[in-house]
Amino acid sequence: MSPRFPIGARVSVTRAFPPGHVRTPFFVRGKTGIVTDIVGDFPNPEELAYGRDGLPARTLFRVTFLQCDLWPDYEGSAEDTTVVDIYEHWLQDAETLSQTAETGAREHV
Amino acid sequence: MSDMQDNGHHHDHDHAHGHRHPFQPDLEDGDYSYYQVMTEAVIELLVGKKVITAEELRSTIEVIDSKSPVFGARLIARAWVDPAFKARMLEDVISAAGELGIDAGAIPIRAVENTTAVHNVIVCTLCSCYPRSLIGLPPDWYKARAYRSRVVREPRAVLKEFGTQIPVDVEVRVHDSTADLRYMVLPARPSGTGDLDEEALADLVTRDCMIGTALPKSA
Amino acid sequence: MRRHHDMGGLDAGPVVQNEHDFAPWEKRVDAVLRLLSGPERRLITVDELRRGIEDLGPGAYDEMSYYERWIASITNNLIEKGVLNIDELGLKMADVEARWDADRAAKNETQNEGVK
Repeated sequence: MSPRFPIGARVSVTRAFPPGHVRTPFFVRGKTGIVTDIVGDFPNPEELAYGRDGLPARTLFRVTFLQCDLWPDYEGSAEDTTVVDIYEHWLQDAETLSQTAETGAREHV
Repeated sequence: MSDMQDNGHHHDHDHAHGHRHPFQPDLEDGDYSYYQVMTEAVIELLVGKKVITAEELRSTIEVIDSKSPVFGARLIARAWVDPAFKARMLEDVISAAGELGIDAGAIPIRAVENTTAVHNVIVCTLCSCYPRSLIGLPPDWYKARAYRSRVVREPRAVLKEFGTQIPVDVEVRVHDSTADLRYMVLPARPSGTGDLDEEALADLVTRDCMIGTALPKSA
Repeated sequence: MRRHHDMGGLDAGPVVQNEHDFAPWEKRVDAVLRLLSGPERRLITVDELRRGIEDLGPGAYDEMSYYERWIASITNNLIEKGVLNIDELGLKMADVEARWDADRAAKNETQNEGVK
């Protein structure tokens, strides 16, 4: 099965704030970055945490964010980055961001 | 699991007859805590129910004790002297470790390489993911609030607190490990180390070099 | 909205670079988790351990030490799965405490005798 996003894809992290065990850090939700690595498929940790089997497995991506996109007041180099491991179900093609983010914000905030 | 629930009861009083336990808290160090008592009770119940054995517990602690930054340092020293090995290590740390007879466990590990253009530093903002199989148990500060909160937002300031200054024309790249992948930093070989052998090179690599908060000292 | 353990980007003081050698009981907690989550048993996943730590609540990060949070989560998971029940755990903890108190009393007595 080919991964949902190729290396180099611009992806946005879903802007959602569910309760429970979540492996996508708060500070990247709603942010846009670039897929720089595809780690492989793993049972979904957000399901494993509740005693279930975590299947179907989800692809784990490494997404690179520019620090100045994460923190408006970032002090440092404009080239500085943070790379975060993010599961496919938290990612969307960046082009569809604006619609989904608005819907997500209405539903969850 | 039901078979584990049923066979515990007749073991419960095995320890009430005064025979010595393998573990005692450091009684002279003052009160033991509620959670130390809980730990001992859980272990005794698990052993009594034959979920685990005392021997397995002992040998597992030996494995924990055997892990140290020495293993990661050996990998790095080999990578410094053998470019082909380095390429294999960047591809697959666990199998590269295997070449040196080092058991790096089953959780995937990425080596992230420092270059003249990039300095890497690792963190787990959600908990305390750490490449334990190659560096040992994480230091307290790695698991604590200040490091986890700040290193993703102001990495250069945090590195400076560790005495590590990264030039502004070098990208600082923070790696936040969230669940199923671990990172270790592959530092750049310091200058002036051309005549050192692999063993002497390994001595230059500290734990913090592999976290990314420090740089290997020059020889 | 932001859960307490999810702290990336928050303000915090300087990184206090202290560390301690792990106490024997802390290594035992670590070893228990390894055994319970290992391929032979798969009784608890690391993900369940993490969920259990998060569910200890916001105070836990500041009031409990690292391995205190671990054993609390391991124990809660074992109770949820029916590997341990609360009744036997309560009795066993009382038993351990009584034994340690007795050991301490015996030790103090020996030391006092030494002084005489």
